[in-house]
Amino acid sequence: MPTIVVEVMPKSELLDPAGKAVTGALTRLGKSEFSAVRIGKRFELTVDGAVTEAILAEAQQLADDMLSNSVIEDVVRVYVLEKTVLESAPA
Amino acid sequence: MKVGVVTFPGSLDDRDAQRAVRRAGAEAVSLWHGSHDLEGVDAIVLPGGFSYGDYLRCGAIAARSPIMTEVIAAANAGLPVLGICNGFQILVEAHLLPGGLIRNNHGDFVCRDQRLRVENASTAWTNGFTVGQEITIPLKNAEGGFIVDAETLKRIEGEGQVAFRYLDVNPNGSLDDIAGLTNAGGNVVGLMPHPEHAIEPGFGPDTPDAMRSGTDGITFFTSVLQSALARA
Repeated sequence: MPTIVVEVMPKSELLDPAGKAVTGALTRLGKSEFSAVRIGKRFELTVDGAVTEAILAEAQQLADDMLSNSVIEDVVRVYVLEKTVLESAPA
Repeated sequence: MKVGVVTFPGSLDDRDAQRAVRRAGAEAVSLWHGSHDLEGVDAIVLPGGFSYGDYLRCGAIAARSPIMTEVIAAANAGLPVLGICNGFQILVEAHLLPGGLIRNNHGDFVCRDQRLRVENASTAWTNGFTVGQEITIPLKNAEGGFIVDAETLKRIEGEGQVAFRYLDVNPNGSLDDIAGLTNAGGNVVGLMPHPEHAIEPGFGPDTPDAMRSGTDGITFFTSVLQSALARA
């Protein structure tokens, strides 16, 4: 079944304490080539049947209204996944 | 006078809020998140806790629950609504109050007896205080950092919508030391500290007088009784 992916990131000007904690760990591991880490969210919306323009518009609306909060986050991308991750996952 | 306290999946302090309501002299009515019935209450408390395990964003899923359709409509019609901690997060997610609450800037859960300054004493939940009064209310959260865009911040500061400010320390990185807000109508109030935990000598925050003797929180609940009487 087709899957719509919604990617959400904390706004770039906001502190991302979780990302900062991972950055600290990388520094302690000596991975100095990575200067910063930011952590966002990825939603996978499974669709029963074909992804029409209307369904994609609905997903975009959902991304803006519920899956993200525009005060603290940005919707980075909404797109249709060609092959679902679940299909290739072991049972 | 009936004050409803909504229980969401993951609410923790609903019983404490009900007890605070009763100690203030009102009847506490338990309201259920899955219902559309406000049972004729005169005011509503959205209690603290971790509704829906803080999944998606703190308060985000609870803000879209069946009872919130009615709470939002009632709040917009002037019914007093108090959001405590997770309840404050729900009010923000429901767009009844501006801004957002993010993870504390230091990254840790914080639990302390927090001194606050009352900035607005004319709301439904703060009319028993005086402007500038300093009170002590327990604070316990990991995601209490208040943020908002610069334009809205200027507006809420200018229009007296900052209800409480942190004193001594800013425990979570909130802009302008903001601990709590009210809406333009003064009927909706949200704050991160927990007034329902400061209502009874022996069980409240420490004060210079004695350990656990703080009862500043009861004034939230007696205030809403006064405002309900004034409305009647």
